[in-house]
Amino acid sequence: MTAPLLEIDDLHVTIPTDRGDLHALRGAGLRLEAGKTLCLVGESGCGKSLTAMSLMGLLPRKARQTAGRFALMGTDYAGKAPKAWAGLRGRDMAMVFQDPNQSLNPTMTVGVQMTEALRHFEKLSKAQAEDRAIAMLDRVGIADPRSRLGQYPHQFSGGQRQRLMIASALIGRPKLLIADEPTTALDVTIQAQILQVIAELQDELGLGLLLITHDLGVAAAIADEVAVMYAGRVIETGPVAQLFAAPAHPYTQGLMAAIPVPGRTRPGSPLPAIPGRVPGLIGGVTGCAFRDRCALAGDVCASDPLPRHAFATGGFVECTRPSLSETRP
Amino acid sequence: MLSFLLRRLVVALGVAVAVSALSFALIFLTGDPAIAIAGSGGSADDAEAIRLAYGFNRPIVVQYADWIGSALTGDFGQSIYFNIPVSEIIGNRIPVTLTLGMLAFATALAIALPLGVAAAMRPNGFIDRFALVLAVSGQAVPSFWLGLMAIVVFGVWYGLVPISGTDTWQGYILPVLVLAYSAIPELMRITRSGMIEVLNTDYIRSAQAKGLPTGRVILVHALRNAVLPLISLSAVQLGILLSGSIVIESVFAVNGLGRLAWESLLRSDLPVVQAIILILSLFYVVLTTAADLLNAWLDPRLRGGAA
Amino acid sequence: MTLETAVTPRPVSRVRKVLGNSGVTLGGLLILIVALLAILAPLIAPHDPYAQDLTQRFLPPFWHDRAVPEHLLGTDHLGRDYLSRLIYGARVSLGVGVGVVIVSGFIGISLGLIAGYFGGWIDVVISFATTIRLSLPIVLVALAAVAMGGASFTTLVTVLGLLLWDRFAVVTRAATQSLRHQEFISGLQAIGARWPRILFLEILPNMRGTILVVMTLEIANAILLESALSFLGLGVRPPMPSWGLMIAEGRENILFDPWLVALPGAMICLLVLAVNLLGDGMRDLTGEARK
Repeated sequence: MTAPLLEIDDLHVTIPTDRGDLHALRGAGLRLEAGKTLCLVGESGCGKSLTAMSLMGLLPRKARQTAGRFALMGTDYAGKAPKAWAGLRGRDMAMVFQDPNQSLNPTMTVGVQMTEALRHFEKLSKAQAEDRAIAMLDRVGIADPRSRLGQYPHQFSGGQRQRLMIASALIGRPKLLIADEPTTALDVTIQAQILQVIAELQDELGLGLLLITHDLGVAAAIADEVAVMYAGRVIETGPVAQLFAAPAHPYTQGLMAAIPVPGRTRPGSPLPAIPGRVPGLIGGVTGCAFRDRCALAGDVCASDPLPRHAFATGGFVECTRPSLSETRP
Repeated sequence: MLSFLLRRLVVALGVAVAVSALSFALIFLTGDPAIAIAGSGGSADDAEAIRLAYGFNRPIVVQYADWIGSALTGDFGQSIYFNIPVSEIIGNRIPVTLTLGMLAFATALAIALPLGVAAAMRPNGFIDRFALVLAVSGQAVPSFWLGLMAIVVFGVWYGLVPISGTDTWQGYILPVLVLAYSAIPELMRITRSGMIEVLNTDYIRSAQAKGLPTGRVILVHALRNAVLPLISLSAVQLGILLSGSIVIESVFAVNGLGRLAWESLLRSDLPVVQAIILILSLFYVVLTTAADLLNAWLDPRLRGGAA
Repeated sequence: MTLETAVTPRPVSRVRKVLGNSGVTLGGLLILIVALLAILAPLIAPHDPYAQDLTQRFLPPFWHDRAVPEHLLGTDHLGRDYLSRLIYGARVSLGVGVGVVIVSGFIGISLGLIAGYFGGWIDVVISFATTIRLSLPIVLVALAAVAMGGASFTTLVTVLGLLLWDRFAVVTRAATQSLRHQEFISGLQAIGARWPRILFLEILPNMRGTILVVMTLEIANAILLESALSFLGLGVRPPMPSWGLMIAEGRENILFDPWLVALPGAMICLLVLAVNLLGDGMRDLTGEARK
């Protein structure tokens, strides 16, 4: 069996602050197969964006990172110098960010921003790179691409700018695309279009896609697999249909229950919310970080290591009392 | 864009007219310019003679119109002290002040820009702290004092540079350096804060995510955005250097406009002073207007053509 | 991003914050020392700063062999005790600094408040006036004004005060513009509060921090300008002990007695540095408060 495209294990990221070390990622782990889409979901502050930054090697300078395994295409970089991993950035791994309005340089033309990485890595001439750019722009749905190369980002709409970002990211044909909330800053009507563009290109290029979102609807629409993060750890993963139909972790269940469903949720009834708040991560957490908010919590939840149950249907859950079922043993 | 251009030029013109009026009005600050020119040793008859000779008995508006009319053709009247046209006296002084100011500005920029960028890349690092010390000292040290000490140390004790005058190019070294030292702090600070702000933007993050080498990210992506606020400040700084060089010119015996203005004041040679104030103000107006226009042209967002 | 959500903020006492800021503490301390020198000058200074003794000219400071214990920092070209003159010089610098800022602050803040609050053509006129002021070479204009009006302490303070209001105006105007759109102002207008009350009792107090920062920077500016003008002979009139004037007087003998120039200059540096440190420190503090 071929190695997965991306394999991260036991990723720890600690950020020193004046009040102590912030353990932002506490042993997070991911697996992504080539050509598949993994959605990383979780609420604000759970560490999903930080995971993406860690993958791209763009952590803040003060941050300290360790990992048990940190592999792309089978090669483990965990013990190696950061420079080796940094060399993959932009060529084998690309990233699209949340806010397309801020993520493009306002004083450089779209043409230059799209072609510069290409010219740097593949040593193409200006004409060659521009041809590639025009083809890519056409592919993402920008009309009249040749004339638009000389324009500036402010001359495009929000949705178009996100298309530009996607085109920029994929023009070098990376193996892995990380998209951090790519549709959150866009109008709802545009969101579906952008997701469509991403999905089509993924198929075409055989990309592995790691999509980060707090929107379960997006995950439901586009994911093959879902990983749920909470307080710096991945607490449950699984194929999308399975995880949505039969969430095993109390937190995942809470997330699902909080979504109003037409037909099921009674109008006028209070929306279920998970009580309590995410614990502070200064100085780290022992045991399950969710236990203070969990109805099923017991004393055994306070100690490490937490038991991990692997599903027969794929994925795992990290809980002392997961809700297993027939459909998802 | 065109309307912006026109508006800006109209404002510049308005300011130019206003400062010309103020420069002209200077001579009337004490009430009676004839008495001021005659000096404490003059009699009432002297004052009256001066009044008639210079036309001070005419209505002020007429005098102003006359003065500004001539000024536009380059005629600023006669120097009272030398009795030759003012334009002759200031003519060969202008290049000296311009040279001094521009050299000082260029030097300051050559130091402040790289220093500000380096400081911004590692805030609170060694270079940042050094830059801070430089900035703080540059703002606290009186330039004339620094100039005097520099003359003593480098001119006299070590004999490295001439101690006064700008007959040789070496004579420019110390005054340029001392002037530059006062301009570095602000330029460095704006560069640094502009750079820090830019380095924290999403688009720099995007550039890094593309795997571009750090040099390109800083010099091409970041600097381009960070220099925009620097342009306006540069114009102001250059203007200040040009008009504030009086003190340095006095200390180093440089034959520029500033020193001439000071000497003329001490001699009550007011027409010369008027002309110099006008010229220096116009320098400033031209510089700031040019900076605004440059700003507008460089920032693609202001140039027009929104989505 | 979201790192902040995982960290609950801990309140820090205001005094702790102010004292913890090294700029404010160090700068404030130095200013206090100089202020004390200025205020207590008659008590501290060993001699009368105006007392001449032509038999005791150009005595060097204590680190020199020829030094005399009576005059710790030597004497100047008229035999006056340098230490005493330096101490009294603090009065001139601080006096000019504070005096100018009171005048320029009054003018600038008033103009800024009015321009920022009323907007429209009033704003256009005031902004135009500010631009004109900025275009003038102020050292030269100040020199000319003092030359006409006669060099003296009051002339100097008046002239500089009438010239240095620009930063006050610009900053106050910007702050007023941002404040006047806040709801509490609309509320006050709705209950019929008159504009002077709104401006001076409601809006002005809200920009205390910013104005304080500008004040310190302008004091430093005024001190430097006074020393430059006095150096050029068009500042305070001798025999008043101004540090700038002392530098000018000592200039002729700079090769033989460099301390005549070095000491007053060092005092200027010290005071301006202290004021700038205080200002920068306060800028940090008010910046935090704004966050």
